[in-house]
Amino acid sequence: MSRPEGMRSSSRFLQVKFVPDEDVLKHISDDAGTKGRKDKAQLSVSMKRFVKKLENISDNEAPEILEEKNYVAVLGICAQDPMGNGSNISGGEVYSFQTPKRSSKMAELASELAQTPERNVAPDHSKCPEKMAKTPQSSKMFFLLIHVFSLLFQSKKKEFVSTTPYRLRKRLAAPDPDLESESEYSPSCSEEEEEEDQKEVSTVLSGQKTLAKTQAASTPPTRNSLAKKIKERKMGNLVQEYFEAHSSSKVLTSDRTLQKLRKRRLNQQTLHDLLKNAPLAYAAEIRDLNQQHESLFSKWMLQLHLGFNIVLYGLGSKRDLLEKFRTSLLQDSVHLVVNGYFPSITVRSILNSITEQVLDHIGTFRSPLDQLEFIAKRFKEDSSLELYVLIHNLDSQMLRGERSQQILAQLSSLPSIYLIASIDHINAPLMWDQAKLSLYNWLWYETTTFNPYVEETSYENSLLVQQSGSLALSSLMHVLHSLTLNARGIFRLLAQHQLEKKDNPSYPGLSFQDFYQQCREAFLVNSDLTLRAQLTEFRDHKLIRTKRGADGVEYLLIPVDDGTLTDFLEKEDEVV
Amino acid sequence: LPSLHIHELPLVLIFGIATSPMIIHRLLPHSVSSLLRIELFQSLSCKEHLSTIIDKLLLTSRFPFKLGEKVLQVLINIFLYHDFSVQNFIKGFQLCIVEHFYSQPLSVLCCQLIDIKKRVYSLSHDQCENIRRLPSFRRYVEKQESGKQIELLTNDSFLKEETEKLLEDLHVYHENYVSILRCLHVFTSSLPKYPLGKQIRELHCACLENQVWETEEYESSLQLARMLNKTDLVTMLQQCVEILMSSSGKEFDKTVEKLKEFLTQFQNLEAEASQERDVSVSSQKELQKKTDLYHLQKTLLELKESRRSKKLTKFEVLRFEVVDYIDSLVRKYLVPAAGRTLHEIVYFNAATVLRGHLNAAPRTALHTALNNPHCYLKNQALKCDGGGISNKAPDICIVYKLHLECGRLINLVDWLEAFSTVVMAAEEPNADAASSDQVDDIIHARFIRAVSELELLGFIKPSKQKTDHVARLTWGGC
Repeated sequence: MSRPEGMRSSSRFLQVKFVPDEDVLKHISDDAGTKGRKDKAQLSVSMKRFVKKLENISDNEAPEILEEKNYVAVLGICAQDPMGNGSNISGGEVYSFQTPKRSSKMAELASELAQTPERNVAPDHSKCPEKMAKTPQSSKMFFLLIHVFSLLFQSKKKEFVSTTPYRLRKRLAAPDPDLESESEYSPSCSEEEEEEDQKEVSTVLSGQKTLAKTQAASTPPTRNSLAKKIKERKMGNLVQEYFEAHSSSKVLTSDRTLQKLRKRRLNQQTLHDLLKNAPLAYAAEIRDLNQQHESLFSKWMLQLHLGFNIVLYGLGSKRDLLEKFRTSLLQDSVHLVVNGYFPSITVRSILNSITEQVLDHIGTFRSPLDQLEFIAKRFKEDSSLELYVLIHNLDSQMLRGERSQQILAQLSSLPSIYLIASIDHINAPLMWDQAKLSLYNWLWYETTTFNPYVEETSYENSLLVQQSGSLALSSLMHVLHSLTLNARGIFRLLAQHQLEKKDNPSYPGLSFQDFYQQCREAFLVNSDLTLRAQLTEFRDHKLIRTKRGADGVEYLLIPVDDGTLTDFLEKEDEVV
Repeated sequence: LPSLHIHELPLVLIFGIATSPMIIHRLLPHSVSSLLRIELFQSLSCKEHLSTIIDKLLLTSRFPFKLGEKVLQVLINIFLYHDFSVQNFIKGFQLCIVEHFYSQPLSVLCCQLIDIKKRVYSLSHDQCENIRRLPSFRRYVEKQESGKQIELLTNDSFLKEETEKLLEDLHVYHENYVSILRCLHVFTSSLPKYPLGKQIRELHCACLENQVWETEEYESSLQLARMLNKTDLVTMLQQCVEILMSSSGKEFDKTVEKLKEFLTQFQNLEAEASQERDVSVSSQKELQKKTDLYHLQKTLLELKESRRSKKLTKFEVLRFEVVDYIDSLVRKYLVPAAGRTLHEIVYFNAATVLRGHLNAAPRTALHTALNNPHCYLKNQALKCDGGGISNKAPDICIVYKLHLECGRLINLVDWLEAFSTVVMAAEEPNADAASSDQVDDIIHARFIRAVSELELLGFIKPSKQKTDHVARLTWGGC
């Protein structure tokens, strides 16, 4: 039999995929199962039972499936959007499971991508050009199928045992050397694999049909059982894959760090300058895209006035678009622009600017709810008052909280307040429950602009950007200047000590006892208690952090990076 | 004693909403709840509210604006599968109206019957051209004889006259449609298993979608209707008569007469039935009279024969007639609106627009933009076959695609290197890879921007687990 041979030959290529132990076990047990099928009587009995079970299941499931189909058919009819973007992607594609990956995959894909233009320019591949031109996967499928069949026919086994483990079949098919060379397929992209799985299921099924014709032994129920089996297996795989991806705390990534790259870290300013000089790709297309959106402006105005609020989503910064909307249509009306991405924006400041600048009210409020009530009252009293509120990034870190959203939603539900906002985060819609949604009364507009998020990301404490720490520094200075001279000295001591130890990555902080000793020596404190009181004040201002070590000793640490700390000391020296 | 103090005791009315009365009992201790006099008011279920709205807004000829089949389906599905919110349904309906009058230039003709004449005659030449461009109108023109065709296509005032007539026809069609739909619903809503749906909205959708009499469900419901018993049938007919009498349609006089005739026939049947019973009783008596075994056998056989070959009873014949008559009414009046001339003026059909605004999928849009930028940026260089993307794609797409290859943590150095490999290859395909060991500053900057954009979008976040690593927040394809 050629099956085991195929297995052996495949072992050479098995390394392509990470196979966990459980899978192997399952695989072996399944294989043993197929061997047991030689007993024909047993086979038919088990088959019958299987069919029965299937019928039961299909009976129960039928109406559900039908309903689902209807639902999908009706809700999935977004085939032609006005802009021709294909948003009719099934959820499975968007929310698929990830297959376990190895660290070198990214590099592989990169090199593959680096070579893509050739494939684009010359799609004429040797054997079946028209299939090649369509998709690489489909061509792969083609070969796969042929390979499966050839294996089957080689084996000269009369009946096609449909319960061959799905994975096994896949593996049988995968190691074809011709396939590797001809289809240029690199098994790296999860999505491709996912898709391919589905295709494989369908093609194998159809293949099964033809087999049934040629080989009398094969019966229709086997097809069903196959389908079910595959479905089950797929489910099992999905679950397994999820836990494979998340169970082990060990992460397989390389240990390289940016420092070893001999690369200076860019700071915000140089980054900005560099990007300014870099030409924006596809500027013309992006402009076209934006012009399409701009044609909607008057419609937005109409809908805002009719009591709807508008939310914009899609890839790319929508700041310029909203800005254009503002300059072209809102020049003569009262409007408020809220930069949600600004790290210190709060709902309170939004409400304050409404009461103080729009309503000219001087005075404070006990709570934002009071303030909201006041605003609502004023707007109700004076029907000539109208206010347009533009919020960039309604889903920003500062505004995404439940309470802030509730207040904004209530604000937006006022009939003479027109809200137009943008969201970017993939999970942004989760902020809103039914109650808030009905207050907001959104109309969704997809405005994919592909504009770079220049402003929005400039506040983000970016990973790669060297923190200029200007914000942290200024707040540090600010707080310290309000303290006594002694307190500043205490803080300086701690800072200096921390900088001395900056090359020690496992530096736990300065222990309280040592610190106390040093402070005494510098005549900064005279008792344990005064130091403690001082430290409490620091802690309240989040200037230091205390950590209890394994030995129960308290360690003190300034949670600021070394660069900022150095700057701080320099500045301090200047002042002194 | 307490009754003496009743004037001093304050009476408090608490009015509140609870999902179930059990909750009140659970929240309050027994000592308190026993002192309360709790009255429950059950509110109507949201489905009933929806039915009322559909009944009052859609299934009436009072309002000229109509929803197309797909649009109605989308609204009902959002209601049934997403939120059960009548308010949202109304919002959707409002949006339909806005969209229709905003995007359809001929919606000016979507008005009350009395205004039609005035509005039609004030149409400009361009608007007339718009009418001529309507697909349903073109189909109508093709069916006319050539002389009239030319008139319709060249003569504006002739066109206006014709338009007015057609719009009036459309109005009459609606009046008839609603009444007959209700009649049909009387029948279908009492059939076992409800082949055409329990609610009138389902029936309405089925009728809007295509010619309902060609569907299997209609066939089976007719079959079932042919098996109804008499009392049911009579009450249904009476209901139908009531509906038709109260309808504003003018064509129904004959129909009502016909239905009344059926009713009287049914009453006559009752009288006849009693006679028939007499006959059968007499035959029974005959049976008892004959004692001879041979004769008994013979008569029994005869009886059996007669029963088997017996033609349908009068009742059955009548029942068939009634069902056939209803069928003919359906075929005459429940023609789908999409086939009517000038239906575009009053029907709103842009279901995709509606769905995009009400039931948007922001994440899908992001997914498309990142995976397939060509959808948005119509540049030949971005066109790519299959699941892959071109290496000339925008930075963020490339960075995104690369990050899909990683597990939970991503090494930034590897990522940066992979990115620069791709970008360099795209910029100068012939450059020597070995020479470009050190990453260009600009590429570095572009990488930083793309990564922080992904962070803003919520795909990754900084991680403290390992130096220079970020954590993925999604898993799988997106």
